[in-house]
Amino acid sequence: MKAKHLLGLLPLGLILFLSGCGQLEMTVLDPKGPVAESQYELIKYSLWFMLGIIVVVFALFTFMLIKYRENRPGRKESDYDPNLHGNTAIEIVWTVIPIVIVILLSIPTVTTLYDLEKSPEPVEGQEAKEPLVIHATTADWKWFFSYPEQDIETVNYLHIPVDRPIEFRLTSADSMTALWIPALGGQKYNMAGMMNKLYLQADEEGIYDGRNSNFNGEGFAAQTFKTHVESEEAFDAWVNDIKTEKPELTKEQYDELLKPGLTGKDAFSSTHLEYINHASSDGMGYVVDNYEELFEEKLHLEEIEKQESFQ
Amino acid sequence: MHITDILVTGEPIIYGAMVSIALVTIAILFLLTYFKKWGWLWREWLTTVDHKKIGIMYILSALVMLFRGGMDALMMRVNLAFPELGFLSSQHYNEIFTTHGTIMIIFMAMPFLIGLMNIIVPLQIGARDFAFPYLNAMSFWSFFIGAMLFNISFVIGGSPDAGWTSYTPLSGAAMSPGPGQNFYLMGLQLSGIGTLATGINLMVTILKMRAPGMKLFHMPIFTWSTLVTCFIIVFAFPILTVALALLTIDRVFGSQFFTLTGEGLPMMWANLFWMWGHPEVYIVILPAFGIFSEVIATFAKKRLFGYSAMVWSMIIIALLSFIVWVHHFFTMGAGAFVNSVFSISTMLIAVPTGVKIFNWLATLYKSKIEFTVPMLWSLAFIPSFILGGVTGVMLGMAAADYQFHNSYFLVAHFHYVLIAGTVFACFAGLVFWYPKMFGHKMNERIGKWAFWLFFAGFHICFFPQYFLGLDGMPRRLFITNIAEWLPLNVISTGGAFLMGVGFVVFVYNVYYSFRYSERETTGDSWNGNGRTLEWATTTPVPYYNFATVPYVDEIDPYVRMKEEGKTTFDESQLKPIHMPSYTGAPIIMMSFLGLASFALVFEWIPVAIFGLVGGLVMMILRSFDYDDGYYVKVDEIKRIERKARGL
Repeated sequence: MKAKHLLGLLPLGLILFLSGCGQLEMTVLDPKGPVAESQYELIKYSLWFMLGIIVVVFALFTFMLIKYRENRPGRKESDYDPNLHGNTAIEIVWTVIPIVIVILLSIPTVTTLYDLEKSPEPVEGQEAKEPLVIHATTADWKWFFSYPEQDIETVNYLHIPVDRPIEFRLTSADSMTALWIPALGGQKYNMAGMMNKLYLQADEEGIYDGRNSNFNGEGFAAQTFKTHVESEEAFDAWVNDIKTEKPELTKEQYDELLKPGLTGKDAFSSTHLEYINHASSDGMGYVVDNYEELFEEKLHLEEIEKQESFQ
Repeated sequence: MHITDILVTGEPIIYGAMVSIALVTIAILFLLTYFKKWGWLWREWLTTVDHKKIGIMYILSALVMLFRGGMDALMMRVNLAFPELGFLSSQHYNEIFTTHGTIMIIFMAMPFLIGLMNIIVPLQIGARDFAFPYLNAMSFWSFFIGAMLFNISFVIGGSPDAGWTSYTPLSGAAMSPGPGQNFYLMGLQLSGIGTLATGINLMVTILKMRAPGMKLFHMPIFTWSTLVTCFIIVFAFPILTVALALLTIDRVFGSQFFTLTGEGLPMMWANLFWMWGHPEVYIVILPAFGIFSEVIATFAKKRLFGYSAMVWSMIIIALLSFIVWVHHFFTMGAGAFVNSVFSISTMLIAVPTGVKIFNWLATLYKSKIEFTVPMLWSLAFIPSFILGGVTGVMLGMAAADYQFHNSYFLVAHFHYVLIAGTVFACFAGLVFWYPKMFGHKMNERIGKWAFWLFFAGFHICFFPQYFLGLDGMPRRLFITNIAEWLPLNVISTGGAFLMGVGFVVFVYNVYYSFRYSERETTGDSWNGNGRTLEWATTTPVPYYNFATVPYVDEIDPYVRMKEEGKTTFDESQLKPIHMPSYTGAPIIMMSFLGLASFALVFEWIPVAIFGLVGGLVMMILRSFDYDDGYYVKVDEIKRIERKARGL
């Protein structure tokens, strides 16, 4: 029977596919920092259970299809029992095993959840560093990164020092978004009128893709940024450059940037935090109050040529 | 207001759609007039209260919606595989994924299953119709008119574009001006009335109208799944009704429930939406489990293994479905404790689901498996659904979910459970009960082609999406602008088209079988393997369903009836049968409410008030309706039964 052969091949195909994909580099499975690392470990841990479940079910399934198909040559009379309808012992077994699996999955999930609410622990032998605070604010469809300690602000790109925890303070000036840098760790929402904390850290220098991962309208695909991870010294030098070379961010300029639409990269030697706090209930309606009519205009995003501005 | 202000202009695809909609409408009107079928259409279909005819109308509408939602899907897939074509703009893509999701869940999956419930549940419990046949017709027309209202947004006014979840503040008046989002709100609101009414209707039918002797734990498993689903509907849908109403008042009358200004609470929408939305997922999956159970037991030619475990696991799933909604937004920052609680409750659902999977496997043990088309769909469900289920558990692990959330990993997961679960079940159920509905089977050979094409296409389409998600591709992205994502997207699109071909073959099979299939002569269509009461009556089913309702005191009553040579036509027991009269009132009432909804979309308040008053008048008229139906005479029953049974 055709059914049996093809369905029987499914598990084999799955394993081949998985091993084939082992060659591909997938960002989430190639962590570049302790947060992404802990999530990767959790995923890997769960994957073993899932593979186990898949193998057991697929094996039983294939066995049933082959052994109990009606037209199998050599079927015996004892292969058919139309009134078999239960077996308490085996039913208890297949209820208890999933419960055990759920318990085994819950424990690391809960501990990781609590760990993720704290600044990542330093590697053994190193002393804990104060996290660097960066306010990540979104407005349709761009990113503002404010560094209050350094008193600088960037638009649509991010620089962070390697091996130092970053405490992102997430909020939004209008629609709900999410900060996601998959190489460094999972996402959290940016919401107007609220502030979310997200701890991330990079262990390797490099440039990583970051984006808004929560759909928020026409410019969603373009709301991306590059994360430049560099040594402490290079980071300090970069901060210094911004402070000396870039102008201060005036309120007028910030208001202009808040208008819904796309903008390029930019940097300033002061932050917008002194003008407005979008995370407060007073500041949450600021953009809508001022620019409501602008949301009616369309961006007409169409071609892949826009790719440059996406990066 | 001028007509050009509300028609959607400027898109060649939409002009094409307008022309084809106009042509199809003219063709239908012409054919109905030419063949003088208007009276037939009104008398036999538009005014019917017969659960079987209403069920057929549900399923036909659902198939049309499957086509519409599928076309949306193919357009999205083309855009993602060939980004350099510039086929869809961002705005157009956003509208399409919004309508795809909404239509597939609300106007395809649910009506398809409700259609099958309509036809089969009364037959399985030995009832002559629903408890409230008038209400049943009203439910159908509220769904149908709601669906049409949602669909015309395509050419009139503009489609909604904030996702099927319609998250505020994005979907509020400030950021989504215009009628598009109102179409979403009013379309769902109107069809939601019907769903809620069907929930109550079927619940009463099952609780009060079972065959003599049939206890709850004698009911066929599909009826059980329907009963559990009805409880979920009755508890979950009011939440949606309230949420939609609040957002409508926000948008149309300027209140501030979910707005950014005026101290609104945009996040409240996400909570309300998912407090309905998660149970909704089980509304479309539990009946699917019921269908698979029926089909597997029938073609394994064996009793269902662990009947009571199957029932209890459905009840537990239903209860758990109400306490997991936060897992849709673990990333909202509710804190480690809240996320831990919802993480564990989510993973717990895997336990009853796992029990069900093992029960199906055990049903196959020591059976005689016959690979008919409905059985192929049901068997394919098991391994496919497992892949969706285990990734669901992974998504339920909140700490890991921070990486999966909003990514293609999630997209792959819910398509794996909804297609392998719900869609496979719809096909399995339709093919399985097709002879009961139309008096002939669907062609097996063509049916197998449809199955294999769809099945292969499904895995090719969605399996690669897990890996796209792990590589950081977010959902709802209109363009594949990162080169590494392109190859897997191309594969995925190929799979989607294969599914499309499978669907076309399936529809062709409807036509082919209508022309060439052998007509059924017995009621027990699948080689005499029927186990439950729906197979005991003749095919096509007489409008009163059963001449005499048998006494039932076991799970598979028809197996015993066949052994003892009993039928549902016991001449000594014949009595006149009480049946409800057909009525045009439900369609008229719902047309008024449809008009009111349409007017609210464009915020034409006087017209909306007129429609609402019209609907209200129809309800008052209904209160003074003393038509108690009619009795089918014994002679008439004898004549019909003798003819059908060749006596």
